[in-house]
Amino acid sequence: MNSYLPRTLSGIVYTGVIVVFALMPVFVQFSGQIFYLDIFSRIMILAIAALSLNLLIGYGGMISLGHAAFLGIGAYCVGIPVYYEIYNGWIHLALAIVACGVFALVTGAISLRTKGVYFIMITLAFAQMVYFTFVSLEEYGGDDGLVIELRSEFGSWLDLEDNIALYYTIFAVLLLSLFFVHRLVHARFGRVILGSKFNDRRMQSLGFETYRYRLVCYVISGILCGIAGLFLGNFTSFISPEMMDWTRSGELIFMVILGGTGVLFGPVVGAGVFILLEVWLPQIITFINGLGLGAKLPHELWHLIFGVTLIAVVLFGRGGIHGLLTRKKRP
Amino acid sequence: MLDILNLEKQFGGIKAVDNVNLHVKENEIHAIIGPNGAGKTTLISQVAGELMPDAGQIRFMGRDITFMRPAQRARKGLARSFQITSVMLPMTLLENVSMAVQSRKGHSFRFWRAAANDRELIDEAVLALDAVGLSNRANRVAKEVSHGEHRQLEIAMAIAMEPRLLLLDEPMAGMGQEESRELVAVLNEIKKHKTILLIEHDMDAVFSLADQISVLVYGKIIATGGKDEIRANPEVQQAYLGES
Repeated sequence: MNSYLPRTLSGIVYTGVIVVFALMPVFVQFSGQIFYLDIFSRIMILAIAALSLNLLIGYGGMISLGHAAFLGIGAYCVGIPVYYEIYNGWIHLALAIVACGVFALVTGAISLRTKGVYFIMITLAFAQMVYFTFVSLEEYGGDDGLVIELRSEFGSWLDLEDNIALYYTIFAVLLLSLFFVHRLVHARFGRVILGSKFNDRRMQSLGFETYRYRLVCYVISGILCGIAGLFLGNFTSFISPEMMDWTRSGELIFMVILGGTGVLFGPVVGAGVFILLEVWLPQIITFINGLGLGAKLPHELWHLIFGVTLIAVVLFGRGGIHGLLTRKKRP
Repeated sequence: MLDILNLEKQFGGIKAVDNVNLHVKENEIHAIIGPNGAGKTTLISQVAGELMPDAGQIRFMGRDITFMRPAQRARKGLARSFQITSVMLPMTLLENVSMAVQSRKGHSFRFWRAAANDRELIDEAVLALDAVGLSNRANRVAKEVSHGEHRQLEIAMAIAMEPRLLLLDEPMAGMGQEESRELVAVLNEIKKHKTILLIEHDMDAVFSLADQISVLVYGKIIATGGKDEIRANPEVQQAYLGES
């Protein structure tokens, strides 16, 4: 029925990914590789952010190059209250939702009047405005950022100071986000968003005020990314404008494309592969150098390999990793 | 039902629509014919709201709609089909027509229930597909069906909106004779309970369908009348029908 929302055996891989996420703390307990708890927390947070961006890029055809702004705003919605010794997580969450919602509503209302490359540039411009605003806020550390001394408190039943509790909270939020986006894109609202991506003019002639639907989609996406930012702030315990640098927005786009645009699970896999490559490639180079084969590889080489790998996946696996997983053999 | 009053549209130095007056009555098919470049599509685009006229007025059901957005007009009961097929290509035919049904079922700020098994949408979409003879192709992706089927899909989407007035922009464009005949039969069925403003090149189709015909030449309506009147009009013969 859903020609444009493929359901295939790639589901097995995606289920596997969820299982890995679920069992990672167990693995860490046994292997002692605490490092991986951090890596996977980070992957899941960025997966939520990329998921929200996929709502725009993959489903709505709105290529935003300013999505990291929401990540940053969400993080500062933890950092600034904590600076004033307000630790209540529900207040942080409410702040993140309102701040990101309002920011998305205002910037979306303007950006969505444009299309294509103009939309890309205008979202970038808004994100840079936010970036420099936070750089100039000396009170909150400006360029140097802000240390979050205590994490959000959601009640006595949940202690986010415990890294494993934080991990599973992020995991739960990721699952909820996946479920939410799944419902959203299959509902009437999602149909309008998709229809408007495929043929906006026709959707209007059918009677849809597509601008309004796209704007609401933009707001939903911004809020979801803000929630990811809230966890990013809690996770790193240190926030700075660097979080919303435009290169971060670019990375989010890459994660979406890497996993497969317009595929529910694509951004999760995209974020995972992206971060793991970033972690493993330098290790591999160190390992090769350690073998003592004579010539030493420059450490920075991993950047090159990283870039080439990403380009290869996008180029040869049209439709990203999802495209590779679901490719049919040509008759 | 539809009244076009002194409508003007100029592109650069060319008057694409020049002081056009046109009246479409309820339950009739009013056809507009004219040579290429006569301004037919410009005219229909203004009725649909995609182009703003330079001057003049468009009234629909007694209301001034001259400055309404296309989507507003569509919800008021004005449905158009496109001369160059314009559908959601990656969606199935059923999904395309479902979109048309969905548009008149109130707002679509519904975030939870899956649309794919929403009987409220599907049942009526299937009816519309049935009316144009596409129900056995319902689950084919629009990208993959033939040109003729695209033309049928255009009609199905327009009628699924249950409009008061159908604007059909060259529904037979690019169709073979056999396909055209079938589509004429479909339109003959639809016209029993619909008002239609039809733009068409295919003269056989126009003369077998239309109640009223207006002839547009260089942006001006040079004649309006019944079939026989139009056939007999010397000005029309000279400008368009040839000397035959």
